Amino acid sequence: MDDRGRSTGRRADRLFSFASQGAGVTVLVLVTLVCVFLVSQAIPALARNEASFLTSREWTVGGDAPRFGILELLWTTTAASVIAMLVAVPVGVCVALFITEYAPQWLRRPAGNLVDLLAAVPSIVYGLWGLIVFRPIVRPIEDWLSSRLSWLPIFEPTGITGGTIFFIGFVLAIMILPIVTAISREVFAQTPTTHKEGALALGATKWEMIHTAVLPFGKPGVISAAMLALGRALGETIAVTFIVSTLAVGSDWTWSLFNGGETFASRIANNAAEFDSPQKTGAFIAAGLVLFILTFVVNAIARVVIERRKAFTE
Amino acid sequence: MAKGLDIKDVNIYYGAFKAVEDVNLTINPRSVTAFIGPSGCGKSTVLRTLNRMHEVIPGGRVEGTISLDGQDLYAADVDPVAVRRTVGMVFQRPNPFPTMTIFDNVVAGLRLNGIKDKTQLQEAAERSLQGANLWNEVKDRLNKPGAGLSGGQQQRLCIARAIAVEPKVLLMDEPCSALDPISTLAIEDLIEQLKADYTIVIVTHNMQQAARVSDRTAFFNLKATGQPGRLVEVGPTRTIFEQPVQEATEAYVSGRFG
Repeated sequence: MDDRGRSTGRRADRLFSFASQGAGVTVLVLVTLVCVFLVSQAIPALARNEASFLTSREWTVGGDAPRFGILELLWTTTAASVIAMLVAVPVGVCVALFITEYAPQWLRRPAGNLVDLLAAVPSIVYGLWGLIVFRPIVRPIEDWLSSRLSWLPIFEPTGITGGTIFFIGFVLAIMILPIVTAISREVFAQTPTTHKEGALALGATKWEMIHTAVLPFGKPGVISAAMLALGRALGETIAVTFIVSTLAVGSDWTWSLFNGGETFASRIANNAAEFDSPQKTGAFIAAGLVLFILTFVVNAIARVVIERRKAFTE
Repeated sequence: MAKGLDIKDVNIYYGAFKAVEDVNLTINPRSVTAFIGPSGCGKSTVLRTLNRMHEVIPGGRVEGTISLDGQDLYAADVDPVAVRRTVGMVFQRPNPFPTMTIFDNVVAGLRLNGIKDKTQLQEAAERSLQGANLWNEVKDRLNKPGAGLSGGQQQRLCIARAIAVEPKVLLMDEPCSALDPISTLAIEDLIEQLKADYTIVIVTHNMQQAARVSDRTAFFNLKATGQPGRLVEVGPTRTIFEQPVQEATEAYVSGRFG
């Protein structure tokens, strides 16, 4: 360790250094313990699993020959989250740009505060609102897509009209929109005036200035916002548990977004009563572990994207 | 072709506050005009009205006429964006776009003008970088980030970016104030070369710099604190520095105040 520039040892310095090091180490230890716990609980259940964990849709976790797989959970979780991102990120970025660049001066500060406030409201509130208000709005979109594009497997009609993956995606979008907007607004507002003036002085229009100066500056921040939001969407439990149309056991598998299905989080929440033996619990923990890895991979990709552009930031 | 500017009866406001009052000034084509004066006297404000950058600040507005070879820049049918494509600007702090390469920075203005042709962009980039005395230093690393250059190189990159769109006038707002003496010298040499093709207006706090680079000098001052700034005197640089008419000018250029 590099000792240069270290405190010469006044007591407050030593105390603070000790406290912050302790906090840092605690976090690492906690994450490691969580990992070890998840893996150690999941392995025995996985070892006894008689179905393919990654490609099976079965979920019979009790008995001597448990059969369970995460295909449906993985597909529903990722598909719904991707839809949520596709809706929420562009809308959030546009709202943030409106507040920081287009809104009249007097509106910018109150609107910004309001968005920050909205981002702090638990997302279930938006989930409930979206559930009630958006159902009649999303239905026609689903009908239109499934009548025009039914040749695409993901838009194949299924006859399910309740909580489809598509609808869950929209509700999740509503739930993550405030956080995407709030963080994007924050980073756009920090764009240095010199960059914006540099673009304007070259004869950029407002939109060209945003495209040349504001968006490139804010891009890493928007990616971070999207990842944070994606984390929320992947793990969102209660709202999804309310909405989903659980598929009947033995129903035919389709890739259609208009199908029902459970996410990792809703499957675990719906079946909390079953955690009565280590084997059953282990099966659910294995599913949870996949969610853990999924989030980790997504964040790692985002890091790589940001790091690769690092030389191009101040 | 470089063009001259005519500033007539100009008052400049920020909201209700009158920042600059009653400026009358002619800027000759293919020459360097320096704006000098104490801080807050409105010289940068006047400069920014010449390409309508003043309007970017909320509440900023201008009374009077500013015309470029007879064309009123503030006429109702004139688009400020078009004005800025004709009157380029270099700022106090070098501000290359940090997410862009050196090459992309230079051609940013051309791309805004809709030019996509690769060869055309490459020729323009080389010509502009040559013009900004930067080509030899960066020709092997055009794809590296512009923000990785030294301060002086970044400022010359910004000059290259400004001249790439072939403006009629080049405005410079204290272009050397964030630079070391050697980089400053490089920029001053460059200004000397550029005036063959461009009409240049430079705001500077450095009177030696004004004396070295400019053909004409305009001295701005405040009547009193809180009063609007005004143009005290304008004339050939030599006259302003050696035999100014106004006492305030004499006091300022001889270093007795300001």
